[in-house]
Amino acid sequence: MAKPGMDREARQGLTLIAPPFLYALAILAVPVLTILSYSFLTDGYLEVIGEFTFGNYIQVWSDPIVRAVLLRSLSVSAAVTVVTVLLAFPVAYYLSFVVRPERKSMWLFLITIPFWTSYLIRVFLWKVILGYNGVINSSLTGLGIIDQPLTFILYNVNSMVLTLAHAYAPFAILPIFVALEKIDRSLLEAGRDLGENRLMTFWRVTLPLAMPGVVAAVLIVFIPTIGDYVTPELIGGGKIPMIANLIQVQMLALDNRPLGSALAVTAMLVVAVVSLIFLWLNRRFLRVKQ
Amino acid sequence: MSGRSNGLRAYALLYLLFLYAPILLLPLFAFNSGTIIAFPLQGFTTDWFTQMWGNPTLRRALSNSLIIAVSASVMATCLGVFAARATTRFTFPGKGGIMGFIMLPMVLPEIIVAMSLLVVLLGLGIELSILTVILGHTLICMPYGIAILSTAFSSLDRSLEEAAYDLGETKWGAFRLITLPLVMPGIISSLLISFTISLDEFIIAFFLAGTEPTLPTYIFSQLRFPKQIPSIMALGTVLVALSILLLGIGEYFRRRGIARMGGKNGGGFL
Repeated sequence: MAKPGMDREARQGLTLIAPPFLYALAILAVPVLTILSYSFLTDGYLEVIGEFTFGNYIQVWSDPIVRAVLLRSLSVSAAVTVVTVLLAFPVAYYLSFVVRPERKSMWLFLITIPFWTSYLIRVFLWKVILGYNGVINSSLTGLGIIDQPLTFILYNVNSMVLTLAHAYAPFAILPIFVALEKIDRSLLEAGRDLGENRLMTFWRVTLPLAMPGVVAAVLIVFIPTIGDYVTPELIGGGKIPMIANLIQVQMLALDNRPLGSALAVTAMLVVAVVSLIFLWLNRRFLRVKQ
Repeated sequence: MSGRSNGLRAYALLYLLFLYAPILLLPLFAFNSGTIIAFPLQGFTTDWFTQMWGNPTLRRALSNSLIIAVSASVMATCLGVFAARATTRFTFPGKGGIMGFIMLPMVLPEIIVAMSLLVVLLGLGIELSILTVILGHTLICMPYGIAILSTAFSSLDRSLEEAAYDLGETKWGAFRLITLPLVMPGIISSLLISFTISLDEFIIAFFLAGTEPTLPTYIFSQLRFPKQIPSIMALGTVLVALSILLLGIGEYFRRRGIARMGGKNGGGFL
């Protein structure tokens, strides 16, 4: 193609992309940059003073409570990610390798429906299921299996992990499914022909080729869960906050925007660093382009 | 079928049961006459639905939510059409980066979007209202709209448009007469998905709506009162039924769109 033609096409493309790009710039980039700049400013009473400081970050990073909450958020997210991806992999495998092609989209539709329906009510229903007088406890006591309601299933980290794993399930299934669908089936036959058994073929052919999907699933579950606000509030009973709850308290209840901003920026940094490390660890799987 | 695939099938069915467990419980409690959400169930009643319908705050929340969802889905889909057209038809410098940035809200924790937008709005002295919620919802619905619309636009046959130019149509004319009707199923599907996302969205509505209730923030405020729970269950049942209906229609149009252009059905919404 001639050079002027390229330029014209580029110009048309840029003109078309401008409205959504400018919108995202105004509603996403400008606010995030504002948070970033606030985090270096000083908090005055009821207002933000334009004085540069690292004080907010020093305060955030040296505060043992922040450290504890951040660590908890990370470990809850990590647990949710592991549980979600492990539970999701066999389902994605089943969809890709066993289900007949014409029924695949039906299965995908069934899996995505719960994801689109009332997040808040779904989270609350887990509280109903797991609660002191909840479905599990009242059924078990009613049947005479236990005398005292089980308490280890509510208001703790386990129940938060379970609820979040439920909420993000489709997010994990879809990328793995897409990666599995791309695998050339003749490679598996080749593996078998060369004398590998079923398990070894899975381990040495299917799994490595599915890894890009697994990596995508991990990131797509890990990143949003770390910022979840509702589950700690409802399932954790507000007593085991995660980082989102801490940010909200600093920003609104305590009205300390610079400190809240420093917290938010710290949280984003931690998520970005963890994600990049994870990508780096899996670099050899991602290099293969199919 | 071998034993292995039977095992996998059983597991997949169990997994579906796990996914649907909370939703299946919802109508049980909504029609249960007991005031406490627990087993055994008491008796059948539709009182909670009547009680729900007679609640003025709830009606206000409903009308707010509908206004927000309609506005956000229309705005997100319009912006999405631009992005989908640009990314499927043209190459331009910085394409990957720009598209990545526009799709970012899909994975960004909503609390970050909500908080940063809140800080800016308060800093500018803008009054919080349903308008500010619409701004936020458009942002988070846009990537989903783009994902659906890109599929619709990418299966478009370019020669159809060229034929229209050759027959003397203007650019706009060709877009309106050829492209738009062909991607219409994608547009409807994007509108429905965005509508469902916005209707269900809590965090952004919670922080940016000021004193105006939306359905999710209303539900959240009522969850701490045990007496209100049965009518919230009734509300939840209605919402879930509505979402499933809308998604079903959306899926129908998405598939019809793919079939119309002779494409292969690649999978779900994401």
